[in-house]
Amino acid sequence: MLPNTDTEASRSATPTLDLGALGLDAGAHVLVAHALRVRAPGQSLRVQGSHPELGVHLSGWCRKRGLAVHSTDGSHWIAPGAGDSQRWRSASRAGAADLRQPDAVADQPRASWGVAARGALVEEGGPAFHFPMSEKAGLWADDAARLYAAAAAAQWDPDQAIDWKAPFELPDEVEDAVVQVMTYLVENENAALLVPARFLGQMHPHFREVLQCLAIIVADEARHVEVFTRRIALKGKTPALSTAGGQSSLKTLFDAADFSVASFLLSVLGEGTFLNLLNFLYAHAPDPVTRQICRLAGIDEARHVAFAMSHLAWQLAHEPDLKHRLHAAVESRFDELANTDGLNEEVFDALILLAAGAFTPEAVAIGYARVQRLKAEMTEGRRSRLVKLGFTPDAALALSERHTRNFM
Amino acid sequence: MTDTLILGAVAYAPKVVTIWEGFKEYFVAQGLPFDYILYSNYERQVEAQFAGQIHVAWNSPLAWLRAETIARHRGVTGDVRAIAMRDTDCDLTSVVVVRADSGIGSIADLRGKRLGVGAIDSPQATLIPLQWLREQGIKPETDVTVVRHDVLGGKHGDHVGGERDAARALADGAIDAACMIDGNHLLFTQEGTLPAGRSRVIGRTPAFDHCNFTTSPGAPAALLERFERLVMDMSFDDPQVRPLLELEGLREWRPGRTGGYNMLARAVSATGFYDARGEIGVAEYRY
Repeated sequence: MLPNTDTEASRSATPTLDLGALGLDAGAHVLVAHALRVRAPGQSLRVQGSHPELGVHLSGWCRKRGLAVHSTDGSHWIAPGAGDSQRWRSASRAGAADLRQPDAVADQPRASWGVAARGALVEEGGPAFHFPMSEKAGLWADDAARLYAAAAAAQWDPDQAIDWKAPFELPDEVEDAVVQVMTYLVENENAALLVPARFLGQMHPHFREVLQCLAIIVADEARHVEVFTRRIALKGKTPALSTAGGQSSLKTLFDAADFSVASFLLSVLGEGTFLNLLNFLYAHAPDPVTRQICRLAGIDEARHVAFAMSHLAWQLAHEPDLKHRLHAAVESRFDELANTDGLNEEVFDALILLAAGAFTPEAVAIGYARVQRLKAEMTEGRRSRLVKLGFTPDAALALSERHTRNFM
Repeated sequence: MTDTLILGAVAYAPKVVTIWEGFKEYFVAQGLPFDYILYSNYERQVEAQFAGQIHVAWNSPLAWLRAETIARHRGVTGDVRAIAMRDTDCDLTSVVVVRADSGIGSIADLRGKRLGVGAIDSPQATLIPLQWLREQGIKPETDVTVVRHDVLGGKHGDHVGGERDAARALADGAIDAACMIDGNHLLFTQEGTLPAGRSRVIGRTPAFDHCNFTTSPGAPAALLERFERLVMDMSFDDPQVRPLLELEGLREWRPGRTGGYNMLARAVSATGFYDARGEIGVAEYRY
């Protein structure tokens, strides 16, 4: 029987769902569930329809949901009850999708929010995911959404964006120099891909914009590895030399356990320095393919630097002590690399030759001067970014000069 | 043994282990020393109740009737009680289903036809619908050809396989009608075992009840009382408990009631499934 509240008087005000000929065996449950969701608390629901098994099916369907159903005179009355809504009584809202809403991003999203969309209503009792990086304080960047959108809009197709068939012939020595620089770039980009990827896999997906940013950075680096590799092979060459010193420098980036410190070393100092290098290659590379590649890669790298700058600006505003940790990280890396040669001779000489464009004393003199200017520009670039982050000019210069001589 | 409440349950599916491990963890966390023993069939479980091996059993309606019968025979009726059941155990019905184009319009038309049922020990798919037909004047023994779909004997129909096999046989034309619990007609239609619109319900039994927690003779009263209270306090609103309740298929526990087993009791009597001492009286029953 229906509860006492379901008197004849209240029945007249009871919402009625007319299913026509549609049965629960053909989708009518969707309409019933919706009608139950929108009925007022304490209200019955009257269901009508001509499907011959409507009563039988409603009985089983309602029983599973803890709802009583009573059939009379061709109508089926579903008594008041929580039904499926009972499941959501203790659910929690996982922030808000739109960053502009207050409290959209939680400082410490719950582990049980798991991989739910930010802003979703999450049922209580789900599994607790282990995301080692689940505090906003350790990873947030206010510019992440904007930078992700810019990156998504600026993706380029290596087949279309680069004229791989552009005609050129270089002296063998110069082609070898280009191949050496490309080989060096590939190993640096491998590091620039893996370091953020390792952090990406640890982050709570509640911080959607940061994840998206890192994911597209990883995709950028994958594309860079591709185009540098294709340039190596363009004239039938194979990758050139990889030095112990270069790899030692890059390995220190993998040792940074803290995301902010790693971003600082890799992106602000390393990729920031690479911006100068890629601009240099765009300006002075001896062939059109290398110039195109480096121009496009440089545009991508500028976003990577901007993301790290945004992250660190936010971090430094919330944790002033971070500046000391960053300082210490540069010193520590400098000490660790003190017994290496820095930029390997092969790469350095290849840059000179590449910028010379010809294997003659006059051209080499020009190439050498250009590389000297590049080094000065790199130091100045690092210094100005450090000042932007709030380091004093003296400290910025000192830190810039203690950056690895391997550039990245 | 009296320090710990021991429950018996039948392992009709792998999820039973998950369910009772979860319940055990819950009860122990609530301060009730609790353990469980799984049986492969309800007959052994009921016998264990009277052998002092378990204090309470999660019993099928048929197992309840057997326990009640044995208790009556031994004069311990007061010790064997149905203390709780699921909300979903209350007011079930079974239906008789035919193919929509079969020309069978009512149960009277079943005479001379092949009627598919579930396992020999299934209350909902065999014993109750056949008893209902008997009471409607259709003698299952002579008026129709009963085609049994025996799956996992001794599980008292808890395994849905027998009903599904009957539904498949109906769809394939191997039988003319099939018996199943009301909710399974919708399930079989939705999953495609019975094509939507191609089957029709021609009869529906009165409401009956299903499983309950049955106490055993000599069970420690204090432990039973705590168990009963903890069971009734379980709430679907509790996210820790909810997955267990969902696995066991309920929204809330209700006090046990035995008025919903009358038709099944008449079926047991009519078929001699158990005798007056609670001994099994059906020779072809295998478990």
